[in-house]
Amino acid sequence: MTAVPPARGHGRIRSPWANYVTTARYLALFALACFFLMPVYALLITALKSPSEVSVVRMWQWPHALSLDNFAIVWPKLREGFTNSVLMALPASVLSSLLGAANGFVLSKWRFPGADFAFALILFGMFIPYQAVLIPMFQVMSYSGLRGGLYGLILVHVIYGLPITTLIFRSYFAGISEELIEAAKVDGAGMLRTFVFVALPIAPPAFAVAMIWQFTSAWNDFLFGVLLTNKDRWPITVALNNIAGSQAVPFNEAMASALLACLPTLLVYVLLGRFFMRGLMAGALKG
Amino acid sequence: MRRLRAWGPGLLLIAPSLVALAVFVYGFLGWNIRVSMSSWRGLAPAHDFVGLDNYVALLGDVRFTHYDVPNIAIFTLVFVIGSLVVGFVMAVLLDRGVTGENVFRSVYLFPMAISFIATAIIWRWLMDNGGGESTTGINQLLADAGLESWRSDWFKSSSRWAIAAIALPAGWSLTGYVMSLFLAGMRGVPEELREAARVDGASEPRVFWHVVRPMLLPVLMSAVVILTHISLKTFDLFYAMDQKNIKIDTPALYMWFTTFDGGFYARGAAIATLLLLGVATIIVPYIWYSVREERRK
Repeated sequence: MTAVPPARGHGRIRSPWANYVTTARYLALFALACFFLMPVYALLITALKSPSEVSVVRMWQWPHALSLDNFAIVWPKLREGFTNSVLMALPASVLSSLLGAANGFVLSKWRFPGADFAFALILFGMFIPYQAVLIPMFQVMSYSGLRGGLYGLILVHVIYGLPITTLIFRSYFAGISEELIEAAKVDGAGMLRTFVFVALPIAPPAFAVAMIWQFTSAWNDFLFGVLLTNKDRWPITVALNNIAGSQAVPFNEAMASALLACLPTLLVYVLLGRFFMRGLMAGALKG
Repeated sequence: MRRLRAWGPGLLLIAPSLVALAVFVYGFLGWNIRVSMSSWRGLAPAHDFVGLDNYVALLGDVRFTHYDVPNIAIFTLVFVIGSLVVGFVMAVLLDRGVTGENVFRSVYLFPMAISFIATAIIWRWLMDNGGGESTTGINQLLADAGLESWRSDWFKSSSRWAIAAIALPAGWSLTGYVMSLFLAGMRGVPEELREAARVDGASEPRVFWHVVRPMLLPVLMSAVVILTHISLKTFDLFYAMDQKNIKIDTPALYMWFTTFDGGFYARGAAIATLLLLGVATIIVPYIWYSVREERRK
Protein backbone atom coordinates (compact mmCIF):
# COMPACT_ATOMS: atom_id res chain seq x y z
CA MET A 1 0.00 0.00 0.00
CA THR A 2 2.77 2.37 0.85
CA ALA A 3 4.79 1.71 -2.25
CA VAL A 4 6.60 5.00 -1.96
CA PRO A 5 10.12 5.05 -3.38
CA PRO A 6 12.74 7.17 -1.64
CA ALA A 7 12.49 10.78 -2.65
CA ARG A 8 14.95 11.76 -5.33
CA GLY A 9 17.48 14.51 -4.94
CA HIS A 10 18.06 14.06 -1.25
CA GLY A 11 21.30 12.20 -1.58
CA ARG A 12 19.68 9.14 -0.07
CA ILE A 13 20.82 5.64 -0.88
CA ARG A 14 18.42 4.04 -3.35
CA SER A 15 17.04 0.80 -2.10
CA PRO A 16 17.75 -2.19 -4.38
CA TRP A 17 13.99 -2.73 -4.44
CA ALA A 18 13.28 0.74 -5.82
CA ASN A 19 13.13 -0.38 -9.45
CA TYR A 20 10.69 -3.19 -8.72
CA VAL A 21 8.50 -0.88 -6.70
CA THR A 22 8.42 1.66 -9.53
CA THR A 23 7.57 -1.00 -12.09
CA ALA A 24 4.82 -2.41 -9.87
CA ARG A 25 3.43 1.05 -9.41
CA TYR A 26 3.18 1.71 -13.13
CA LEU A 27 1.64 -1.70 -13.71
CA ALA A 28 -1.02 -0.96 -11.11
CA LEU A 29 -1.72 2.47 -12.57
CA PHE A 30 -1.95 0.98 -16.05
CA ALA A 31 -4.30 -1.82 -14.92
CA LEU A 32 -6.57 0.74 -13.27
CA ALA A 33 -6.55 2.85 -16.44
CA CYS A 34 -7.63 -0.23 -18.41
CA PHE A 35 -10.54 -0.75 -16.05
CA PHE A 36 -11.72 2.83 -16.43
CA LEU A 37 -11.34 2.76 -20.21
CA MET A 38 -12.91 -0.68 -20.75
CA PRO A 39 -16.52 0.59 -21.01
CA VAL A 40 -15.42 3.40 -23.31
CA TYR A 41 -13.62 0.95 -25.55
CA ALA A 42 -16.76 -1.17 -25.92
CA LEU A 43 -18.85 1.96 -26.42
CA LEU A 44 -16.59 3.45 -29.08
CA ILE A 45 -15.87 0.41 -31.20
CA THR A 46 -19.51 -0.70 -31.13
CA ALA A 47 -20.74 2.73 -32.16
CA LEU A 48 -18.19 2.86 -34.96
CA LYS A 49 -18.90 -0.59 -36.42
CA SER A 50 -21.31 -0.92 -39.30
CA PRO A 51 -24.73 -1.99 -37.97
CA SER A 52 -24.54 -5.37 -39.73
CA GLU A 53 -21.25 -6.18 -38.02
CA VAL A 54 -22.41 -5.41 -34.49
CA SER A 55 -23.06 -8.34 -32.21
CA VAL A 56 -23.26 -8.35 -28.45
CA VAL A 57 -21.20 -11.53 -28.30
CA ARG A 58 -18.38 -9.90 -30.24
CA MET A 59 -18.49 -6.62 -28.35
CA TRP A 60 -14.75 -6.63 -27.65
CA GLN A 61 -13.69 -7.37 -31.23
CA TRP A 62 -12.01 -4.72 -33.31
CA PRO A 63 -14.21 -3.55 -36.24
CA HIS A 64 -13.38 -4.65 -39.80
CA ALA A 65 -14.28 -1.23 -41.14
CA LEU A 66 -15.25 2.01 -39.48
CA SER A 67 -18.70 3.34 -40.14
CA LEU A 68 -20.84 6.22 -38.92
CA ASP A 69 -24.11 4.54 -39.86
CA ASN A 70 -25.13 3.95 -36.26
CA PHE A 71 -25.04 7.66 -35.57
CA ALA A 72 -27.11 8.34 -38.68
CA ILE A 73 -29.72 5.88 -37.34
CA VAL A 74 -30.01 7.31 -33.81
CA TRP A 75 -29.40 11.02 -34.36
CA PRO A 76 -32.91 11.78 -35.72
CA LYS A 77 -34.37 10.22 -32.56
CA LEU A 78 -32.04 12.12 -30.26
CA ARG A 79 -31.92 15.49 -31.97
CA GLU A 80 -34.93 16.99 -30.24
CA GLY A 81 -33.72 15.96 -26.77
CA PHE A 82 -30.26 17.25 -27.57
CA THR A 83 -31.65 20.66 -28.58
CA ASN A 84 -33.87 20.81 -25.50
CA SER A 85 -30.90 20.10 -23.25
CA VAL A 86 -28.82 22.84 -24.87
CA LEU A 87 -31.70 25.32 -24.56
CA MET A 88 -32.15 24.32 -20.91
CA ALA A 89 -28.61 23.81 -19.61
CA LEU A 90 -27.07 27.02 -21.01
CA PRO A 91 -29.49 29.55 -19.47
CA ALA A 92 -29.72 27.48 -16.28
CA SER A 93 -25.94 27.58 -15.77
CA VAL A 94 -25.60 31.29 -16.64
CA LEU A 95 -28.45 32.44 -14.38
CA SER A 96 -27.43 30.20 -11.51
CA SER A 97 -23.84 31.45 -11.70
CA LEU A 98 -24.86 35.14 -11.79
CA LEU A 99 -27.08 34.76 -8.73
CA GLY A 100 -24.40 32.65 -7.04
CA ALA A 101 -21.85 35.42 -7.69
CA ALA A 102 -24.07 37.97 -5.96
CA ASN A 103 -24.70 35.64 -3.02
CA GLY A 104 -21.05 34.70 -2.71
CA PHE A 105 -20.00 38.33 -2.75
CA VAL A 106 -22.45 39.41 -0.07
CA LEU A 107 -21.77 36.39 2.14
CA SER A 108 -18.02 36.96 2.08
CA LYS A 109 -17.42 40.71 1.57
CA TRP A 110 -20.64 42.55 2.47
CA ARG A 111 -21.71 40.46 5.39
CA PHE A 112 -24.78 41.01 7.52
CA PRO A 113 -25.47 39.63 11.00
CA GLY A 114 -26.12 35.90 10.72
CA ALA A 115 -24.43 35.59 7.33
CA ASP A 116 -22.73 32.32 8.30
CA PHE A 117 -25.99 30.85 9.47
CA ALA A 118 -27.68 31.91 6.23
CA PHE A 119 -24.81 30.27 4.32
CA ALA A 120 -25.23 27.01 6.23
CA LEU A 121 -28.97 27.05 5.44
CA ILE A 122 -28.20 27.63 1.76
CA LEU A 123 -25.61 24.83 1.70
CA PHE A 124 -28.04 22.28 3.05
CA GLY A 125 -30.01 22.64 -0.21
CA MET A 126 -27.08 21.03 -2.03
CA PHE A 127 -27.35 17.76 -0.14
CA ILE A 128 -31.08 17.15 0.21
CA PRO A 129 -32.43 14.02 -1.44
CA TYR A 130 -34.57 15.49 -4.21
CA GLN A 131 -37.18 12.81 -3.61
CA ALA A 132 -38.21 14.88 -0.57
CA VAL A 133 -39.19 17.88 -2.72
CA LEU A 134 -40.65 16.08 -5.75
CA ILE A 135 -44.30 16.00 -4.68
CA PRO A 136 -44.55 19.69 -3.70
CA MET A 137 -42.55 20.60 -6.82
CA PHE A 138 -44.94 18.59 -8.98
CA GLN A 139 -47.93 20.38 -7.40
CA VAL A 140 -46.49 23.90 -7.60
CA MET A 141 -45.26 23.48 -11.17
CA SER A 142 -48.58 22.00 -12.27
CA TYR A 143 -50.67 24.75 -10.65
CA SER A 144 -48.47 27.51 -12.04
CA GLY A 145 -48.54 26.03 -15.53
CA LEU A 146 -44.75 25.64 -15.60
CA ARG A 147 -44.81 21.86 -15.92
CA GLY A 148 -44.46 20.47 -19.41
CA GLY A 149 -42.13 23.01 -20.99
CA LEU A 150 -38.52 24.03 -20.49
CA TYR A 151 -39.08 27.14 -18.34
CA GLY A 152 -40.07 25.18 -15.27
CA LEU A 153 -37.08 22.89 -15.70
CA ILE A 154 -34.72 25.87 -16.07
CA LEU A 155 -36.22 27.44 -12.96
CA VAL A 156 -35.61 24.40 -10.74
CA HIS A 157 -32.08 23.93 -12.10
CA VAL A 158 -31.31 27.58 -11.33
CA ILE A 159 -32.68 27.34 -7.80
CA TYR A 160 -31.19 23.99 -6.81
CA GLY A 161 -27.90 25.10 -8.38
CA LEU A 162 -27.69 28.13 -6.08
CA PRO A 163 -26.05 26.34 -3.11
CA ILE A 164 -23.04 25.12 -5.11
CA THR A 165 -22.59 28.33 -7.12
CA THR A 166 -22.88 30.41 -3.93
CA LEU A 167 -20.27 28.15 -2.33
CA ILE A 168 -17.88 28.48 -5.29
CA PHE A 169 -18.11 32.29 -5.42
CA ARG A 170 -18.01 32.70 -1.66
CA SER A 171 -14.73 30.74 -1.49
CA TYR A 172 -13.37 32.69 -4.43
CA PHE A 173 -14.24 36.17 -3.09
CA ALA A 174 -13.03 35.22 0.40
CA GLY A 175 -9.58 34.94 -1.19
CA ILE A 176 -9.45 38.52 -2.52
CA SER A 177 -7.98 41.18 -0.31
CA GLU A 178 -10.15 43.24 2.00
CA GLU A 179 -8.24 46.37 0.97
CA LEU A 180 -9.63 46.20 -2.54
CA ILE A 181 -13.17 46.37 -1.13
CA GLU A 182 -12.23 49.03 1.41
CA ALA A 183 -10.66 51.17 -1.31
CA ALA A 184 -13.88 51.06 -3.28
CA LYS A 185 -15.86 51.99 -0.16
CA VAL A 186 -13.56 54.95 0.53
CA ASP A 187 -14.11 56.09 -3.02
CA GLY A 188 -17.78 56.24 -2.15
CA ALA A 189 -18.89 53.15 -4.07
CA GLY A 190 -21.98 51.42 -2.69
CA MET A 191 -22.50 47.70 -2.44
CA LEU A 192 -23.84 47.27 -5.96
CA ARG A 193 -21.08 49.36 -7.57
CA THR A 194 -18.40 47.48 -5.64
CA PHE A 195 -19.90 44.17 -6.72
CA VAL A 196 -20.27 45.11 -10.39
CA PHE A 197 -17.08 47.14 -10.89
CA VAL A 198 -14.63 45.61 -8.40
CA ALA A 199 -15.68 42.03 -7.70
CA LEU A 200 -17.19 40.87 -11.03
CA PRO A 201 -14.22 41.91 -13.22
CA ILE A 202 -11.87 39.63 -11.27
CA ALA A 203 -14.31 36.71 -11.09
CA PRO A 204 -14.02 35.00 -14.52
CA PRO A 205 -12.19 31.95 -13.07
CA ALA A 206 -15.00 31.42 -10.57
CA PHE A 207 -17.55 31.84 -13.37
CA ALA A 208 -15.79 29.17 -15.39
CA VAL A 209 -15.90 26.75 -12.46
CA ALA A 210 -19.52 27.49 -11.55
CA MET A 211 -20.86 27.44 -15.10
CA ILE A 212 -19.09 24.22 -16.05
CA TRP A 213 -20.32 22.55 -12.89
CA GLN A 214 -23.88 23.74 -13.44
CA PHE A 215 -23.88 22.87 -17.13
CA THR A 216 -22.72 19.34 -16.35
CA SER A 217 -25.30 18.79 -13.60
CA ALA A 218 -28.15 20.20 -15.67
CA TRP A 219 -27.12 18.19 -18.73
CA ASN A 220 -26.84 14.97 -16.72
CA ASP A 221 -29.98 15.43 -14.63
CA PHE A 222 -32.74 12.90 -15.17
CA LEU A 223 -35.11 13.20 -12.20
CA PHE A 224 -36.28 16.80 -12.70
CA GLY A 225 -36.46 16.34 -16.45
CA VAL A 226 -38.67 13.26 -16.33
CA LEU A 227 -40.95 14.86 -13.71
CA LEU A 228 -41.38 18.28 -15.27
CA THR A 229 -41.37 17.95 -19.06
CA ASN A 230 -43.66 16.57 -21.74
CA LYS A 231 -42.41 14.34 -24.52
CA ASP A 232 -41.60 17.16 -26.95
CA ARG A 233 -39.52 18.95 -24.29
CA TRP A 234 -37.67 15.94 -22.87
CA PRO A 235 -34.04 16.67 -22.08
CA ILE A 236 -31.40 14.36 -23.57
CA THR A 237 -31.18 12.02 -20.55
CA VAL A 238 -34.91 11.26 -20.66
CA ALA A 239 -34.83 10.85 -24.43
CA LEU A 240 -31.79 8.57 -24.13
CA ASN A 241 -33.43 6.42 -21.49
CA ASN A 242 -36.50 6.00 -23.69
CA ILE A 243 -34.50 5.17 -26.80
CA ALA A 244 -31.81 2.98 -25.30
CA GLY A 245 -33.24 2.10 -21.91
CA SER A 246 -34.26 -1.46 -22.61
CA GLN A 247 -32.52 -4.63 -23.70
CA ALA A 248 -34.95 -4.78 -26.64
CA VAL A 249 -33.08 -1.93 -28.33
CA PRO A 250 -30.33 -3.05 -30.71
CA PHE A 251 -26.92 -2.95 -29.04
CA ASN A 252 -25.39 -0.68 -31.69
CA GLU A 253 -28.16 1.91 -31.33
CA ALA A 254 -27.89 1.89 -27.54
CA MET A 255 -24.15 2.53 -27.67
CA ALA A 256 -24.30 5.16 -30.41
CA SER A 257 -27.00 7.14 -28.62
CA ALA A 258 -25.21 6.90 -25.25
CA LEU A 259 -22.08 8.25 -26.92
CA LEU A 260 -23.90 11.16 -28.55
CA ALA A 261 -25.66 12.01 -25.30
CA CYS A 262 -22.45 12.39 -23.33
CA LEU A 263 -20.40 14.16 -26.01
CA PRO A 264 -21.03 17.74 -24.76
CA THR A 265 -20.05 17.06 -21.14
CA LEU A 266 -17.08 14.96 -22.23
CA LEU A 267 -15.97 17.77 -24.51
CA VAL A 268 -16.25 20.25 -21.65
CA TYR A 269 -14.26 17.86 -19.49
CA VAL A 270 -11.49 17.42 -22.06
CA LEU A 271 -11.20 21.10 -22.92
CA LEU A 272 -11.79 22.63 -19.50
CA GLY A 273 -10.88 19.80 -17.14
CA ARG A 274 -8.92 22.14 -14.91
CA PHE A 275 -12.05 24.09 -13.96
CA PHE A 276 -14.09 20.92 -13.68
CA MET A 277 -11.60 19.70 -11.06
CA ARG A 278 -11.98 22.86 -9.01
CA GLY A 279 -15.74 22.47 -9.02
CA LEU A 280 -15.24 18.96 -7.64
CA MET A 281 -13.14 20.26 -4.80
CA ALA A 282 -15.68 22.97 -3.99
CA GLY A 283 -18.34 20.28 -3.77
CA ALA A 284 -16.47 18.82 -0.81
CA LEU A 285 -16.82 22.18 0.99
CA LYS A 286 -13.10 22.83 0.68
CA GLY A 287 -12.14 25.96 -1.24
CA MET B 1 -30.11 52.66 11.47
CA ARG B 2 -26.58 53.27 10.29
CA ARG B 3 -25.82 49.59 10.61
CA LEU B 4 -28.89 48.78 8.57
CA ARG B 5 -27.61 51.10 5.85
CA ALA B 6 -24.31 49.26 5.96
CA TRP B 7 -25.58 45.76 5.44
CA GLY B 8 -29.09 46.38 4.12
CA PRO B 9 -28.16 46.55 0.43
CA GLY B 10 -26.29 43.25 0.63
CA LEU B 11 -29.24 41.53 2.21
CA LEU B 12 -31.46 43.02 -0.48
CA LEU B 13 -29.23 41.68 -3.26
CA ILE B 14 -29.38 38.12 -2.03
CA ALA B 15 -33.00 38.31 -0.92
CA PRO B 16 -34.36 36.76 -4.16
CA SER B 17 -32.06 33.74 -3.77
CA LEU B 18 -32.89 33.38 -0.09
CA VAL B 19 -36.63 33.54 -0.78
CA ALA B 20 -36.35 31.05 -3.67
CA LEU B 21 -34.40 28.60 -1.51
CA ALA B 22 -36.69 29.17 1.47
CA VAL B 23 -39.64 28.11 -0.70
CA PHE B 24 -38.05 25.43 -2.90
CA VAL B 25 -35.94 23.78 -0.20
CA TYR B 26 -37.45 24.40 3.22
CA GLY B 27 -41.03 25.09 2.11
CA PHE B 28 -41.09 22.00 -0.08
CA LEU B 29 -39.44 19.79 2.54
CA GLY B 30 -42.00 20.95 5.09
CA TRP B 31 -44.89 20.44 2.70
CA ASN B 32 -43.62 16.97 1.85
CA ILE B 33 -43.64 16.07 5.56
CA ARG B 34 -47.19 17.40 5.76
CA VAL B 35 -48.21 15.24 2.77
CA SER B 36 -46.66 12.21 4.49
CA MET B 37 -49.15 12.70 7.33
CA SER B 38 -52.20 12.80 5.08
CA SER B 39 -54.06 10.03 3.32
CA TRP B 40 -53.50 11.43 -0.19
CA ARG B 41 -54.01 8.70 -2.74
CA GLY B 42 -55.03 9.32 -6.32
CA LEU B 43 -55.15 12.52 -8.29
CA ALA B 44 -56.87 14.88 -5.84
CA PRO B 45 -54.72 15.93 -2.86
CA ALA B 46 -56.16 15.06 0.54
CA HIS B 47 -55.60 17.52 3.35
CA ASP B 48 -56.67 15.36 6.27
CA PHE B 49 -54.31 14.43 9.09
CA VAL B 50 -53.53 10.79 9.85
CA GLY B 51 -50.46 11.29 12.03
CA LEU B 52 -47.75 8.69 11.53
CA ASP B 53 -50.04 6.08 9.95
CA ASN B 54 -48.07 6.04 6.68
CA TYR B 55 -44.81 5.44 8.50
CA VAL B 56 -46.33 2.63 10.56
CA ALA B 57 -47.69 1.10 7.34
CA LEU B 58 -44.20 1.21 5.81
CA LEU B 59 -42.86 -0.85 8.70
CA GLY B 60 -45.24 -3.61 7.64
CA ASP B 61 -44.53 -3.16 3.93
CA VAL B 62 -42.51 -6.13 2.69
CA ARG B 63 -41.12 -4.28 -0.33
CA PHE B 64 -39.78 -1.57 1.95
CA THR B 65 -38.51 -3.59 4.91
CA HIS B 66 -37.40 -6.80 3.16
CA TYR B 67 -35.98 -5.34 -0.04
CA ASP B 68 -35.44 -1.59 -0.16
CA VAL B 69 -33.82 -1.00 3.22
CA PRO B 70 -31.46 -4.02 3.19
CA ASN B 71 -30.69 -3.31 -0.49
CA ILE B 72 -29.67 0.28 0.06
CA ALA B 73 -27.66 -0.73 3.14
CA ILE B 74 -25.73 -3.35 1.14
CA PHE B 75 -25.23 -0.99 -1.78
CA THR B 76 -24.02 1.87 0.42
CA LEU B 77 -21.61 -0.40 2.27
CA VAL B 78 -20.06 -1.92 -0.86
CA PHE B 79 -20.05 1.30 -2.86
CA VAL B 80 -18.64 3.57 -0.14
CA ILE B 81 -15.98 1.17 1.14
CA GLY B 82 -15.01 0.06 -2.36
CA SER B 83 -14.65 3.61 -3.70
CA LEU B 84 -12.73 4.71 -0.62
CA VAL B 85 -10.23 1.85 -0.77
CA VAL B 86 -9.64 2.02 -4.52
CA GLY B 87 -9.60 5.83 -4.57
CA PHE B 88 -7.11 5.87 -1.71
CA VAL B 89 -4.83 3.36 -3.43
CA MET B 90 -4.96 5.41 -6.63
CA ALA B 91 -4.00 8.54 -4.70
CA VAL B 92 -1.07 6.76 -3.00
CA LEU B 93 0.15 5.46 -6.37
CA LEU B 94 0.08 8.97 -7.84
CA ASP B 95 1.15 10.95 -4.79
CA ARG B 96 4.93 11.17 -5.17
CA GLY B 97 4.75 12.06 -8.82
CA VAL B 98 4.81 9.69 -11.80
CA THR B 99 5.42 10.32 -15.47
CA GLY B 100 2.12 11.01 -17.17
CA GLU B 101 0.30 11.80 -13.96
CA ASN B 102 -2.12 14.13 -15.74
CA VAL B 103 -3.07 11.43 -18.21
CA PHE B 104 -3.74 8.88 -15.46
CA ARG B 105 -5.74 11.40 -13.44
CA SER B 106 -7.88 12.38 -16.42
CA VAL B 107 -8.56 8.76 -17.28
CA TYR B 108 -9.64 7.97 -13.69
CA LEU B 109 -11.83 11.04 -13.45
CA PHE B 110 -13.64 11.37 -16.79
CA PRO B 111 -16.52 8.96 -15.97
CA MET B 112 -17.75 11.61 -13.59
CA ALA B 113 -18.67 13.82 -16.54
CA ILE B 114 -21.00 11.11 -17.88
CA SER B 115 -24.64 10.98 -16.76
CA PHE B 116 -25.82 8.06 -14.64
CA ILE B 117 -28.33 7.24 -17.40
CA ALA B 118 -25.57 6.77 -20.00
CA THR B 119 -23.40 4.98 -17.43
CA ALA B 120 -26.20 2.54 -16.67
CA ILE B 121 -26.89 1.89 -20.36
CA ILE B 122 -23.24 1.04 -21.03
CA TRP B 123 -22.78 -1.12 -17.94
CA ARG B 124 -26.04 -2.98 -18.38
CA TRP B 125 -24.64 -4.42 -21.58
CA LEU B 126 -21.25 -5.09 -20.00
CA MET B 127 -22.94 -7.10 -17.25
CA ASP B 128 -25.01 -9.00 -19.80
CA ASN B 129 -25.68 -12.55 -18.73
CA GLY B 130 -25.43 -14.57 -21.90
CA GLY B 131 -24.19 -18.07 -21.09
CA GLY B 132 -22.08 -20.64 -22.95
CA GLU B 133 -21.44 -19.60 -26.55
CA SER B 134 -23.23 -16.29 -26.12
CA THR B 135 -21.28 -15.23 -23.05
CA THR B 136 -20.35 -11.60 -23.42
CA GLY B 137 -19.37 -8.46 -21.59
CA ILE B 138 -17.30 -8.74 -18.44
CA ASN B 139 -17.99 -12.44 -18.12
CA GLN B 140 -16.39 -12.94 -21.51
CA LEU B 141 -13.32 -10.93 -20.49
CA LEU B 142 -13.03 -13.00 -17.32
CA ALA B 143 -13.30 -16.23 -19.30
CA ASP B 144 -10.63 -15.02 -21.76
CA ALA B 145 -8.37 -14.26 -18.80
CA GLY B 146 -8.88 -17.80 -17.50
CA LEU B 147 -11.02 -16.67 -14.61
CA GLU B 148 -14.17 -18.53 -15.62
CA SER B 149 -15.00 -19.25 -11.99
CA TRP B 150 -15.39 -15.51 -11.39
CA ARG B 151 -18.37 -15.46 -13.73
CA SER B 152 -21.31 -13.72 -12.15
CA ASP B 153 -24.92 -12.94 -12.91
CA TRP B 154 -24.22 -9.46 -11.49
CA PHE B 155 -27.37 -7.52 -10.77
CA LYS B 156 -29.55 -10.28 -12.15
CA SER B 157 -28.22 -12.74 -9.63
CA SER B 158 -30.75 -14.31 -7.30
CA SER B 159 -28.51 -13.54 -4.34
CA ARG B 160 -29.36 -10.97 -1.72
CA TRP B 161 -26.15 -9.21 -2.80
CA ALA B 162 -27.26 -8.64 -6.42
CA ILE B 163 -27.43 -4.89 -5.78
CA ALA B 164 -23.74 -4.88 -4.89
CA ALA B 165 -23.07 -5.29 -8.64
CA ILE B 166 -24.38 -1.75 -9.15
CA ALA B 167 -21.50 -0.52 -6.99
CA LEU B 168 -19.28 -1.33 -9.98
CA PRO B 169 -20.74 1.31 -12.35
CA ALA B 170 -21.29 3.67 -9.41
CA GLY B 171 -17.67 3.25 -8.37
CA TRP B 172 -16.53 3.59 -11.97
CA SER B 173 -18.25 6.94 -11.96
CA LEU B 174 -17.07 8.30 -8.61
CA THR B 175 -13.79 6.65 -7.56
CA GLY B 176 -11.79 9.25 -9.45
CA TYR B 177 -13.45 11.88 -7.31
CA VAL B 178 -12.35 10.11 -4.13
CA MET B 179 -8.84 9.88 -5.56
CA SER B 180 -8.80 13.65 -6.22
CA LEU B 181 -9.90 14.37 -2.66
CA PHE B 182 -7.19 12.15 -1.15
CA LEU B 183 -4.55 13.42 -3.56
CA ALA B 184 -5.35 17.04 -2.68
CA GLY B 185 -5.15 16.08 1.00
CA MET B 186 -1.76 14.37 0.61
CA ARG B 187 -0.33 17.25 -1.39
CA GLY B 188 -1.58 19.62 1.29
CA VAL B 189 0.85 18.10 3.80
CA PRO B 190 3.83 20.51 3.97
CA GLU B 191 7.00 18.92 2.58
CA GLU B 192 8.95 20.27 5.61
CA LEU B 193 6.93 18.02 7.91
CA ARG B 194 7.79 14.93 5.87
CA GLU B 195 11.40 16.03 5.67
CA ALA B 196 11.60 16.58 9.42
CA ALA B 197 10.41 13.03 10.00
CA ARG B 198 12.95 11.71 7.49
CA VAL B 199 15.75 13.55 9.23
CA ASP B 200 14.66 11.84 12.43
CA GLY B 201 15.27 8.56 10.62
CA ALA B 202 11.72 7.56 9.73
CA SER B 203 11.33 5.26 6.73
CA GLU B 204 8.92 6.30 3.95
CA PRO B 205 6.08 4.04 5.13
CA ARG B 206 6.52 5.40 8.66
CA VAL B 207 6.52 8.97 7.38
CA PHE B 208 3.26 8.20 5.63
CA TRP B 209 1.69 6.54 8.65
CA HIS B 210 2.71 9.08 11.27
CA VAL B 211 2.79 12.34 9.32
CA VAL B 212 0.47 12.09 6.32
CA ARG B 213 -2.25 9.73 7.56
CA PRO B 214 -3.44 11.84 10.52
CA MET B 215 -3.82 14.84 8.23
CA LEU B 216 -6.07 12.86 5.88
CA LEU B 217 -8.81 12.37 8.45
CA PRO B 218 -10.84 15.44 7.39
CA VAL B 219 -10.59 14.30 3.76
CA LEU B 220 -11.78 10.83 4.72
CA MET B 221 -14.73 12.37 6.52
CA SER B 222 -15.66 14.52 3.49
CA ALA B 223 -15.45 11.52 1.19
CA VAL B 224 -17.58 9.29 3.44
CA VAL B 225 -20.26 11.94 3.85
CA ILE B 226 -20.42 12.77 0.14
CA LEU B 227 -20.44 9.15 -1.05
CA THR B 228 -23.02 8.09 1.53
CA HIS B 229 -25.46 10.84 0.68
CA ILE B 230 -25.07 10.18 -3.04
CA SER B 231 -25.67 6.50 -2.41
CA LEU B 232 -28.87 7.15 -0.46
CA LYS B 233 -30.46 9.47 -2.99
CA THR B 234 -29.32 8.01 -6.32
CA PHE B 235 -32.25 7.17 -8.53
CA ASP B 236 -31.39 7.27 -12.23
CA LEU B 237 -28.54 4.73 -12.12
CA PHE B 238 -30.83 1.98 -10.80
CA TYR B 239 -33.75 3.17 -12.88
CA ALA B 240 -31.89 2.92 -16.17
CA MET B 241 -30.10 -0.27 -15.15
CA ASP B 242 -33.11 -2.49 -14.53
CA GLN B 243 -36.13 -0.71 -13.12
CA LYS B 244 -38.41 -3.71 -12.69
CA ASN B 245 -35.87 -5.76 -10.76
CA ILE B 246 -36.88 -5.97 -7.09
CA LYS B 247 -33.34 -7.14 -6.28
CA ILE B 248 -32.01 -3.68 -7.03
CA ASP B 249 -35.02 -1.75 -5.74
CA THR B 250 -34.19 1.09 -3.33
CA PRO B 251 -36.27 3.57 -1.28
CA ALA B 252 -35.60 6.25 -3.92
CA LEU B 253 -37.10 4.03 -6.64
CA TYR B 254 -40.00 2.86 -4.53
CA MET B 255 -40.82 6.50 -3.78
CA TRP B 256 -40.93 7.32 -7.49
CA PHE B 257 -43.02 4.36 -8.60
CA THR B 258 -45.52 4.41 -5.77
CA THR B 259 -46.05 8.16 -6.10
CA PHE B 260 -46.07 8.89 -9.80
CA ASP B 261 -47.14 5.51 -11.21
CA GLY B 262 -49.34 4.31 -8.38
CA GLY B 263 -50.73 7.59 -7.07
CA PHE B 264 -49.84 6.76 -3.45
CA TYR B 265 -48.67 10.29 -2.75
CA ALA B 266 -48.80 10.04 1.05
CA ARG B 267 -46.75 6.85 1.07
CA GLY B 268 -44.21 8.31 -1.36
CA ALA B 269 -43.89 11.38 0.83
CA ALA B 270 -43.29 9.19 3.88
CA ILE B 271 -40.48 7.29 2.11
CA ALA B 272 -38.95 10.59 0.96
CA THR B 273 -39.11 11.97 4.49
CA LEU B 274 -37.24 8.92 5.80
CA LEU B 275 -34.61 9.44 3.09
CA LEU B 276 -34.31 13.06 4.15
CA LEU B 277 -33.83 12.02 7.77
CA GLY B 278 -31.11 9.56 6.76
CA VAL B 279 -29.25 12.18 4.73
CA ALA B 280 -29.73 14.93 7.32
CA THR B 281 -28.19 12.89 10.13
CA ILE B 282 -24.88 12.83 8.27
CA ILE B 283 -25.05 16.16 6.41
CA VAL B 284 -26.11 18.53 9.19
CA PRO B 285 -23.17 17.73 11.51
CA TYR B 286 -20.89 17.89 8.48
CA ILE B 287 -22.02 21.40 7.45
CA TRP B 288 -21.95 22.54 11.06
CA TYR B 289 -18.41 21.23 11.44
CA SER B 290 -17.21 22.74 8.14
CA VAL B 291 -18.58 26.22 8.86
CA ARG B 292 -17.17 26.16 12.40
CA GLU B 293 -13.73 25.00 11.21
CA GLU B 294 -13.69 27.78 8.66
CA ARG B 295 -14.51 30.43 11.27
CA ARG B 296 -11.65 29.20 13.44
CA LYS B 297 -9.09 29.90 10.70
